[in-house]
Amino acid sequence: MKKKNNKTFISNLITYAMVIIAFVVISIMQEQKLLSYSAKQLLVPVCVWIVMAVSLNLTVGISGELSLGHAGFMCVGAFVGAVLTIITKKTIDNEALRLIIAMVVGGVAAGLTGVIVGVPVLRLRGDYLAIVTLAFGEIIRNVLNLVYVGMDQETGALAFGFNNPNLPGKLIVNGPQGVQGITRISTFTMGFVLIIFALIVVLNMTNSRAGRAMMALRDNRIAAESVGISATKYKLMAFVTSAVLAGMAGALYAMNYSTVTGAKFKFDTSILVLVFVVLGGIGNIRGSIIAATVLTILPEMLREFSDYRMLIYAIVLIMVMLATNSPAFKQWLDIAKEKITGLFAKKKEKGDTANE
Amino acid sequence: MIRVSFLSNLINGISLGSVYAIIALGYTMVYGIAKMLNFAHGDVIMIGAYISFCVTQYLGLPAWVSVLASMLVCTLLGMTIERLAYKPLRSAPSLAVLITAIGMSYFLQNIAQLIWSANPKSFTSVVAFEPLRLFGGKLIVTDEAIVTVLTCVVIMICLTLFTEKTKMGKAMRAVSEDKGAAQLMGINVNMTISVTFAIGSALAAIAGVLLCSSYPALMPTTGSMPGIKAFTAAVFGGIGSIPGAMLGGILLGIIEIFGKSYISTELGDAIVFAILILLLLVKPTGLLGKKVNEKV
Repeated sequence: MKKKNNKTFISNLITYAMVIIAFVVISIMQEQKLLSYSAKQLLVPVCVWIVMAVSLNLTVGISGELSLGHAGFMCVGAFVGAVLTIITKKTIDNEALRLIIAMVVGGVAAGLTGVIVGVPVLRLRGDYLAIVTLAFGEIIRNVLNLVYVGMDQETGALAFGFNNPNLPGKLIVNGPQGVQGITRISTFTMGFVLIIFALIVVLNMTNSRAGRAMMALRDNRIAAESVGISATKYKLMAFVTSAVLAGMAGALYAMNYSTVTGAKFKFDTSILVLVFVVLGGIGNIRGSIIAATVLTILPEMLREFSDYRMLIYAIVLIMVMLATNSPAFKQWLDIAKEKITGLFAKKKEKGDTANE
Repeated sequence: MIRVSFLSNLINGISLGSVYAIIALGYTMVYGIAKMLNFAHGDVIMIGAYISFCVTQYLGLPAWVSVLASMLVCTLLGMTIERLAYKPLRSAPSLAVLITAIGMSYFLQNIAQLIWSANPKSFTSVVAFEPLRLFGGKLIVTDEAIVTVLTCVVIMICLTLFTEKTKMGKAMRAVSEDKGAAQLMGINVNMTISVTFAIGSALAAIAGVLLCSSYPALMPTTGSMPGIKAFTAAVFGGIGSIPGAMLGGILLGIIEIFGKSYISTELGDAIVFAILILLLLVKPTGLLGKKVNEKV
């Protein structure tokens, strides 16, 4: 028992160390001006997608529920966070503090949405759950497309409208055009802090009593329920935690641009995050981090192929899935490995006899 | 007047719903047999529409030839995709297959973008006869709507006869029930799955042509939203059930058109999804889905 705890401890330590080392190296490179403009543009998005992947891995990997609406929570966090920073622009001077408040409130808002969505939805299983989370993601986006918020420039008084853009003051949320006039206050450091926060939450939860209950429910729901584990409670816990983290990531993402629209959080975005999780290994947090980083950078690296870029991305995706999952391909790989090692062994034998 | 606009909405809804139903049939058959969500199905629709567009536009052949050509190409495409991407993963976890299907969907969209560019093409309708005018010209039933609904009914009848009466259909039902037992009875499971994909893709081609006849903007992403809606329709009716897909598709089409015209244009999709959620909460396996008892 002691040994196993040690193992997870070391594994977690490696995950933290990896993130911290990457952060230090990139910060030094940034200091030395070794990063190109396009590389700098990628820093915050990479952090955002890592947090998204880690949080979705909690639902899909640890709790075992396929969710296709993760972008919906990100969307809520992004809108709430962005509006909040615009409102508090005059009252709070410190940008970092403003960003933290926006992330926390965005996370809470996404978490509340998570409760509203999760309570009815988590009764369903498997593919039905997947389609309903997809539906909720689309509903959230559709509804936010109709929200208008006006702010009086002098008094800061807010006016809300649903499907009604005729509001007093300047529109800060303008329906399908989204939130406008955001100050870009997201920084790489803040992204790093958020990653570490997400890791602490997810890794500790996984290795706690709650995490073990979640995994038991994932592996065999009936057996777990029969020993008194409440399915609703733990599944909801995982779902809402993951929604909160997605909301925080959404707020960070929004503050990296001057405008944010609902169109950025389409169904495709949820799928993109799911791809990170599956490619990184379901239930493997470190894998999620690596996959999110590589797959966010990959399209940029392929920029020189311009038109063929997404095509190559698709082919890589299919090939990786085939390579890691197909028994025929694995067998072929094993035979190839054996042949190569056999070749070496023979050579060695020959060398040995020659020496004699 | 209100009655006429109501009827006209109803007809539009049934027509759109028929397209959804044809697409949903492909989804539901593949799900029933291979137990996988074929996310690339929506993009097969788009490829079908493009093939038909090319045949009429560049080769100048009549519309019915273009439909046959697109069915042929899509059938081959569907079988190739199954053979190359899904067959090696038959024993893999379902999420891995799902991601592969998503990769395939990206692949098809990008291939289409390379060949035909991202600019929307204006699709010429494959049916061209006079629309039906009722109530002294107040109610116009478009020729596309008539053909779509008729096609849908014909497909439904053929497919039901096929699964009930033919040997292949019987094999399909057996495979969807229990793959292992079917194999022991001497059914060629791989071949059955292949045929299912072929039928699903041929239906997708028809759906693509019909969809673009009514909504003529053809782009590489044309298939994705109808694909998701049709998938929703399949779940709505009870995934795996052929009459369920039909019922789900038509209901969803009607709900969408009515939602858009009576409640809010922007919220049309949200209403469709909200009703799906409500239905699943009351009846977790869809309208006509079978309840599967859990074994301990």
